[in-house]
Amino acid sequence: MAPSENDIAIVGFAQLPPERRSNLTESDLVLRSTREVIAQVGIDKSEIGFTVSGSCDYLSGQGFSFVQNTDAYGMVPAINESHVEMDGAWAMYEAYVRLLQGDIDIAMAVGVGKNSNSDPSTLFTVEFDPYYLTPLGTDTWTLAALQARALIDSGKATERDFAEVVVRNRANAKSNPFAQVKGDYSVDELLAADYVRNPLRRHDLPPTTDQAAAVILARGKRAYDLCERPAWITGIDHRIEAHLPTVRKDITTSVSTRIAAEAAGVGKGPIDVAEIHAPFSFQELILRESLGLDASTEVNPSGGALAAHSVMTVGLIRVGEAANQIIKNGKNRTLAHTTSGPCLQQNLVCVLEGDQ
Amino acid sequence: MSHQPVAIVGIGQTHHKRKRADVSIAGLVREAAQRALEDANMDWGDIDAVVLGKAPDFFEGVMKPEMYLADALGAVNKPMFRVHTAGSVGGSTGIVGSHLVSSGRHKRVLSLAFEKQSEGNAQFALGGGKGASIGAGGAFAPFIRSYIQRSGAPEDIGWMVAVKDRLNGAKNPYAHLKLADITIDKVKESPMMWDPLRFLESCPSSDGACAVIFTDEDGGKAASKPPAWVLATAMKSEPGWYSGRDPVNPQAAHACAQEIYKTVGITNPREQIDCAELYVPFSWYEPMWLEAHEIAAPGEGWKMTQSGATALGGDFPVNMSGGVLSSNPIGASGLLRFAEAALQVRGLAEDHQVGGANLAIAQAYGANAQFFAMWAVGSSLNPLG
Repeated sequence: MAPSENDIAIVGFAQLPPERRSNLTESDLVLRSTREVIAQVGIDKSEIGFTVSGSCDYLSGQGFSFVQNTDAYGMVPAINESHVEMDGAWAMYEAYVRLLQGDIDIAMAVGVGKNSNSDPSTLFTVEFDPYYLTPLGTDTWTLAALQARALIDSGKATERDFAEVVVRNRANAKSNPFAQVKGDYSVDELLAADYVRNPLRRHDLPPTTDQAAAVILARGKRAYDLCERPAWITGIDHRIEAHLPTVRKDITTSVSTRIAAEAAGVGKGPIDVAEIHAPFSFQELILRESLGLDASTEVNPSGGALAAHSVMTVGLIRVGEAANQIIKNGKNRTLAHTTSGPCLQQNLVCVLEGDQ
Repeated sequence: MSHQPVAIVGIGQTHHKRKRADVSIAGLVREAAQRALEDANMDWGDIDAVVLGKAPDFFEGVMKPEMYLADALGAVNKPMFRVHTAGSVGGSTGIVGSHLVSSGRHKRVLSLAFEKQSEGNAQFALGGGKGASIGAGGAFAPFIRSYIQRSGAPEDIGWMVAVKDRLNGAKNPYAHLKLADITIDKVKESPMMWDPLRFLESCPSSDGACAVIFTDEDGGKAASKPPAWVLATAMKSEPGWYSGRDPVNPQAAHACAQEIYKTVGITNPREQIDCAELYVPFSWYEPMWLEAHEIAAPGEGWKMTQSGATALGGDFPVNMSGGVLSSNPIGASGLLRFAEAALQVRGLAEDHQVGGANLAIAQAYGANAQFFAMWAVGSSLNPLG
């Protein structure tokens, strides 16, 4: 295609190997992932017009943690730079909007999360309404279990269906060098395990992962200087829902995902591959339906979030994986999704297309 | 620079106080947003997207509070975005919101920044959530001492800024501190905090929020009250430490201002800009930023303070709202600067209005005086004619 100056593509993606516990600092993880993606597209860092990262103070265990991470960029002389307390996929969205201002051609977005610093069932209690939910000790796993129970009660899925999602993702992950949890499992074997939060078993939960990833975006014709077959962002949108799951009308569906998917134009054509961020196995079933995907779409060839789940990085990796399907794997139209908050509260959908 | 013109049509803020025990965090942000909607003659349903900014989540002890605040800010089924760039975050929140309109992504965007510092321990959070924090005053005092030594400024400059900003704050109905009876002697006699900074030369710790509503050119022209037009935005960062760094006069501060001036066509900032809201949490930062943003020549910033040029009736008023020295809900402090600049060019600043303000700048800085956010706003799209 002949891109207009408002067409923006992902032209490079690098992720570090996921680790259960990395001995590197967040700054080091950012340094390694950004150096790799910059080398991949063959530019000098001075050519980057805007840099933005996504990370979380509570995961790193200190306030202003992103400040040290910016040391990885080499900011002498000063650069255009920003940070979101969100997954790197939203950092990518800010980079996309920044490129649309029209004064720069290249931007870099980074995600980093050292999830091993804390026990997720303890830490994520402070992610909720501080007056009504946090004092109860409510954690992400418990709320996910309530959502899973609602899904079972609705008749849409069973615990066996959940396990089948896990078996497929772990099998897919075998061919992904950046997977932490992978292998051949049987549904019956998985279902023999005890519950962690009824009806969820260990395999239904996301792994704990330390990881960083980075993407480079380019605007208009500049994209071809950096990448033979750029992954053009042809639709992107994100939506949030009410915080308390009890306020939402039906937690067996994802209204915000459906609205974002429509706004991103998912249904305008077939989706070859979808990289869905479902932290909990059963959420993949909800998301497939809310995204409007049919059986022709290959879902999570990487193994998805069940293969590696570094909160703040996992969403950007979905974007990178979906982009690589176009850049490296010859696919034409792919989708990346990421979520945040309890019971799929917030969702981002990105549609990527390659030249045909 | 922007694709499409952006107008500011709604501004709201809370009454800032040491402790807003009368409201939850949700109540606090809603109070500011509601005032902005009323100012814009809009309702919640008119807003297409919400951008939320605040400093570290450790301040209140709530991780990613935008999740919980989605309902209170009318963001359900809409895009909600969260910015965190340390002390400059309020400014960044305004800039990100304006970009969503200039890029054509949305027609009406609400940017909101807050801090409810009374819910936690700000000194603890400012130290990165670790013990033995020296706080912001401890971090910046060495830079200030260095400025005084280099510039040869007399010691009363800091006291003069403290008095001037508090007298301005006394005219601002929303200010936390309203010290109408403040004097140089009172500042001079207040306890020494971080040499040379005395208690009354330091910012308070506040609960507060600020909201700004952006819309496109059509929306700006149709607004019931005069809009402010966003003429330029810039965010610049440099490392907090590097060999050869000058933290008194950071290169990023110069780069940020230069980009703004170039975009707007400002060649003589002192003459062409009508007033400025600069992030001055400690008195001496007024002359320091006047120099680092190239409004005053090197070593001359303090003379603008001394001559009264930066007072409300001077030729280059600074911090007409009372500034950070009068209200400091940290995450919101940057957006309060940006909002006051817009209020000035809209002619809606009431008792702290600068007569005939057509072009104003606002700035916020963060971390180790290394992150800078700045914008220029005008009463028209071309205030320089």
